[in-house]
Amino acid sequence: MTIREAALVLADGSVFEGEAIGAESATGISAGEVVFNTVLSGYQEVITDPSYAGQIISFTYPHIGNYGVTSLDNESSRPFCRGVIVREMARRHSSYRAEQSLDALLVKSGVSGIGGIDTRRLTRVLRDAGAIPGAFGTASYEQLLAAARAEPGTDGVDLVSTVTTGKRYSVGNGPLKVVAYDFGIKTTILRCLSDIATIEVVPASTTAAEVMAMNPQGVFLSNGPGDPTTVPYAVQAITELVGQVPVFGICLGHQLLSLALGGQTYKLPFGHHGGNHPVQHLASGHVEITSQNHNFCVDAESLGGRVSTTHINLNDKSNEGMRVNDARAFSVQYHPEAGPGPHDSRYLFEQFAELMKNGTF
Amino acid sequence: MPKRTDISSILIIGSGPIVIGQACEFDYSGTQACRVLKEEGYRVILANSNPATIMTDPDFAHRTYIEPLTWEVIAKIIEREKPDAVLATLGGQTGLNLAMALFERGLVGVPGTPELIGANAESISTAEDRGKFKEAMIEIGLKVPASGIAHTLEESLEVIKVIGLPAIIRPAYILGGRGTGIAATHEEFVKLASNGLHASPISEILIEQSIAGWKEYELEVMRDTADNCVIICSIENFDPMGVHTGDSITVAPAQTLSDVEYQLMRDAALACIRRVGVETGGSNVQFAVNPETGEQVVIEMNPRVSRSSALASKATGFPIAKIAAKLAVGYTLDEIPNDITKMTPASFEPTIDYVVTKIPRWAFEKLPGTSGILGTQMQSVGEVMAIGRTFPESLQKALRSLEQGRLGLNCDPAEKQFANLSTQELLTSVGVGTPDRIFTIGELLLRGISVDEVYQACKVDPWFLDQMLMIIEEREAVKSLSPSAMSKQAWKRIKRVGFSDAQLAYLWSTHEDDVRRIREMAGVLPTYKTVDTCSAEFAAQTPYHYSTYEDENEVRPSDRPRVIILGSGPNRIGQGIEFDYCCVHASFALRDAGYETVMINCNPETVSTDYDTSDRLYFEPLTKEDVLNVIAAETAAAGGRAPKVIVSLGGQTPLKLSGLIPAELIAGTSPVSIDLAEDREKWNELCESLKIPQPPGGTAINLEQAMAIVERVGFPVLVRPSYVLGGRAMQIVHDRDHLTRAMAELSDFGSLGKEGGLSAERPVLVDRFLEDATEVDVDAIRDHTGEVLIGGVMEHVEEAGVHSGDSACAIPPQTLPKWVVEVIEAYTAAIAAALDVRGPINVQYAVVGTSVYVIEANPRASRTVPFVAKATGVPLAKVATRVMLGSTLAELRREGLLTHSVLLDFPDTVAVKEAVLPFSRFPEVDTALGPEMRSTGEVMGIDKTFGRAFYKAELAAGTVLPTTGMVFLSLADGDKPAGIVVAHRLRALGFGIAATTGTAAYLARFGMDVDKVVGKVNENAAITAVDLIASGEVSFVVNTPQGRGGRTDGEAIRKAANVNHVSSVTTVEAALAAVQGMAEQLDHPLEVKSLQEYHGR
Repeated sequence: MTIREAALVLADGSVFEGEAIGAESATGISAGEVVFNTVLSGYQEVITDPSYAGQIISFTYPHIGNYGVTSLDNESSRPFCRGVIVREMARRHSSYRAEQSLDALLVKSGVSGIGGIDTRRLTRVLRDAGAIPGAFGTASYEQLLAAARAEPGTDGVDLVSTVTTGKRYSVGNGPLKVVAYDFGIKTTILRCLSDIATIEVVPASTTAAEVMAMNPQGVFLSNGPGDPTTVPYAVQAITELVGQVPVFGICLGHQLLSLALGGQTYKLPFGHHGGNHPVQHLASGHVEITSQNHNFCVDAESLGGRVSTTHINLNDKSNEGMRVNDARAFSVQYHPEAGPGPHDSRYLFEQFAELMKNGTF
Repeated sequence: MPKRTDISSILIIGSGPIVIGQACEFDYSGTQACRVLKEEGYRVILANSNPATIMTDPDFAHRTYIEPLTWEVIAKIIEREKPDAVLATLGGQTGLNLAMALFERGLVGVPGTPELIGANAESISTAEDRGKFKEAMIEIGLKVPASGIAHTLEESLEVIKVIGLPAIIRPAYILGGRGTGIAATHEEFVKLASNGLHASPISEILIEQSIAGWKEYELEVMRDTADNCVIICSIENFDPMGVHTGDSITVAPAQTLSDVEYQLMRDAALACIRRVGVETGGSNVQFAVNPETGEQVVIEMNPRVSRSSALASKATGFPIAKIAAKLAVGYTLDEIPNDITKMTPASFEPTIDYVVTKIPRWAFEKLPGTSGILGTQMQSVGEVMAIGRTFPESLQKALRSLEQGRLGLNCDPAEKQFANLSTQELLTSVGVGTPDRIFTIGELLLRGISVDEVYQACKVDPWFLDQMLMIIEEREAVKSLSPSAMSKQAWKRIKRVGFSDAQLAYLWSTHEDDVRRIREMAGVLPTYKTVDTCSAEFAAQTPYHYSTYEDENEVRPSDRPRVIILGSGPNRIGQGIEFDYCCVHASFALRDAGYETVMINCNPETVSTDYDTSDRLYFEPLTKEDVLNVIAAETAAAGGRAPKVIVSLGGQTPLKLSGLIPAELIAGTSPVSIDLAEDREKWNELCESLKIPQPPGGTAINLEQAMAIVERVGFPVLVRPSYVLGGRAMQIVHDRDHLTRAMAELSDFGSLGKEGGLSAERPVLVDRFLEDATEVDVDAIRDHTGEVLIGGVMEHVEEAGVHSGDSACAIPPQTLPKWVVEVIEAYTAAIAAALDVRGPINVQYAVVGTSVYVIEANPRASRTVPFVAKATGVPLAKVATRVMLGSTLAELRREGLLTHSVLLDFPDTVAVKEAVLPFSRFPEVDTALGPEMRSTGEVMGIDKTFGRAFYKAELAAGTVLPTTGMVFLSLADGDKPAGIVVAHRLRALGFGIAATTGTAAYLARFGMDVDKVVGKVNENAAITAVDLIASGEVSFVVNTPQGRGGRTDGEAIRKAANVNHVSSVTTVEAALAAVQGMAEQLDHPLEVKSLQEYHGR
């Protein structure tokens, strides 16, 4: 196998040497906002999670691709990320579940990657500097640096419109009826919702009236990429829906709900991206180990008395969940569906079902 | 929930002596528990019989009982101390079994008695009782292998009718899989089922469908009182099911599980700990996974901290034992900060950005008769762990950490062992787990056998095999190059898959130093990364490092004076926890004295590799390359000022490195003096000049030279290789044939030959063996002013010829005249002065009558240092360390560190150390003691008289000295006179006596009629000695070996005693001591007293 030497250059000028993996890029440059993820397993779910649109994902665990990939584990139809950074891409995978190698998936999906990187050094840079733009590939240092500096990052960019479904579709056959906004919805969320409801998945731009016309028993606000302030149309719709129908939001859905309630969001220093974050459910005191993937965060203070904080992150005490006091609505910042990650919080889907059935939980 | 205030005193039960399956990981966990609970303000009472442990230092608990770990003794401690609670889950299987024994007798865990914290009796029995456990798992919907429970052989045969063969037999309530095995045939099944029923304290076995060849995993779980559960670490076994996990190469984290499968396993592990009901603390759950279908089954769970917990702690930086102790007193995970980040709580799941590989180390070469085949019963005596950024790197680092002459995955002189084996032979051999399997797989891949074909032969997951193939491919890629032809990229690639400079030197037929020099010129140096529980997501406060070849080095600058302490590597017979004790004490002493301490070690079981034992920890192999790298990194971190290095506390491992490290860096005794003591000729000259007699002898590198020595000194001779510890391959040789055999074993093709063979630098020592001599060990310390402190003079119970490590010994000496002890002290001081020792020295003597011969001197800390410290109350290791760095004994006295021996204040105290031998695991091995050390651990008995202390030591070592019943005597001719005394005393104590025909006839001549005479094994007697022992009529066996090897009757008798769990001794000296112990036990039933009381504090 020939080695294609490549480099990763961050907007601050730091350089990491490695070798090209995945799809060959025509320009020799892949640019995006560089973020790290600390999961030990679940690389396929991460790479195919639409929330990573606009981002280059660096895996802190050195061996990636060990058990190959299977279509069963896709979180969406294709990867939306801008690239993948690893220390060691498996040449040979081993699992009875595997259909192909991770590298083959990247090649097929046109996603480039870079291997052999000191990803720990990269993590330490990102930890201190925050998620910053970068570019990698076989191009020259100057070209890569220029590309990194030209990269706008994810602040103020509407990435939702690049990942949402073009037209509505229906999944699941549970007893309740739920309309789910697709801001970049993950397959595992749909799977969890399917147990309780029949779901109409709708594009991000769907208006409240259109939703209500479907007579849902509940509305679900999905996860998705980027800055919540760049999707005002969704905020508008949610503002109208809250109070009319039970609402449950996850991740971007949580942030959009807070904006709809008049709150504010802010960008975390380097985001939460991993499968091991402790979240405390305040009512019970119980600690849930959670899957997380977000750069923006809800400022619970900004919501005044309209909501009650239900969950907090024990690492940095940031807001992880809320319940609207005067309407049937709640949301969490983390990923109770997991995929990848622990199943500690799947009770929230049951809670949504209860809210729809009984009006409270 | 904050900590509990309704309890104020806690009894912690330790795990006792180091045995196979239960090693110093429980010193690590117990030490953490003692520290934490003491810090939390509880009164801590500790019971442990093992004096070599750090936890039994009197500073770690308020009351430390070095007493036998039997339920009766613990009951006495409870009666005396009246603790509010008992914490048994940090003391291994021993702790759990004692907790259950006390519970069953209503002494703990019921109203009015101490509460069992950590796990209660119900949980322990659910996890430990195989039948209950299986039922519980089925109840919560988890799969378990098809199985049945049996209490008799008949029941076993019924079960097997349903399950079929092959099947696994697992006895209930055992540790390390003792008595476990896979039976493929009916005969094997009957044998294993019988053994298993015998091994189980409740005569219960689980017979289970064999799932050999499946993948094996383990999850470490923690739970708190609020039912918060977290997984600390996942571990995947390299070896498929069929090899005990303690004997498997294991890797963290799991490598070949998709997240979907991993999360199912996680859910199952959490369900398991909840169902079993472990209220607080750590547990591990083992799973098997069918590689074809992904089917997962639960194998077992341990409701306690285990060897895997120690590994998981070291692998992730998450201190499981410390946290478990806090959870046991009521804290919840979210209330405890993560020590490493300080900013985040302990209620999270560590995530790591490196790969950890653990490899066990075995001692088959010391146990003739064993097959060397690994199975479901654990046989390893130690382990190493290595950290690398990738699996290939960590695997190669782990292999070179083993210190068995291997430099990595082959690519070393030892790989020549495969030269004469066909590929077919190799493919067949990898189907069976053996210590060599990993190397054989490497050889097959080197020969171009495909990963798929190797997988079919060994069932090791193809991912692991492909990673090994990467190592091989890198080797092939550079083999035709020379060091100077290597590009920077090529250097980086080869180092990134873990090659040592020594392997490359072998590959290129050059010297390791040249490889290093040229590599460094190419700018390829190791970088040190940090173990931080969080993959760098948060800043780490703890400098716990490992080397790898990356861009960034994380070692922080420091300007304090630093001392590197070289640890002792993997536990092995002859070098174990005693040396870890010394290294840890060195670290504590130097920290107190204001130094920054740096530990290098590769043994995950130890206290020394706990991240807060030293200021900095490097988890690295103890090889020249790796140690020099750390020295360089630390020198750079201090702006060019090199640290001092301590080589004399970790046993032979660091001592062997002493000549390879710049001499000016070595603290204490100079390498020249170390060599003076090791170099036979120089040592002879030294003794000659001091006029200290030695047994005559010489050195030989071949048979001719050895014969020449024998002609001069006469048989019998003691033959031993130089530079080894634990009497490795040491033999007493009585004739020419035997000498021929002994020399062959030491040269190229023998078991030791593999480790290097003979040369002028590694000769064999041949000395006249002094028969009927009393052996004496002395530990002393000399400072730079010339003052010598005699730490302790130990008189051995068994005569010279039994390895000192396998012999019982007493402080103070019991039979030597006072003036002889003074001569020994004077000799010791003179030798220490002649060697210009600056630190510890151990000297061994043989006393014949009143003549004192010096056998050897070692200017380093010895195995007995912790025992002497516990017996005398003098912190010898700490004092020695400070002396090595320039303090004088007088200064240390003024400082208060050096106290005088409490034996001076309490002259009526005797401490006895007894060795613990691994024979119960190896029924095929002769239990007779000899010059090759085979004990895995030690215990101490301390009391007012020798007899009582000896009784306690024997009890602690598992040898119950009976006070009634029949004693069986079978004595070698030379031992028969002493046998008269033994028989008379036994008779006076009311024992019945049985003897073999010869011994009975001899005793009759001296007016001693025995009650029962049995034939020897091969005589056509109605009842033989073996039958008698098997019948259960005998409560004690005295059998002394008749001379010179060979398969004798004596061997059959000793094995019968071993297999039937009848206490036995194999020397007449031990028999005399035992009789004294029995007599005093009859007069004074056992009493307990804490070390603090013995030490007068």
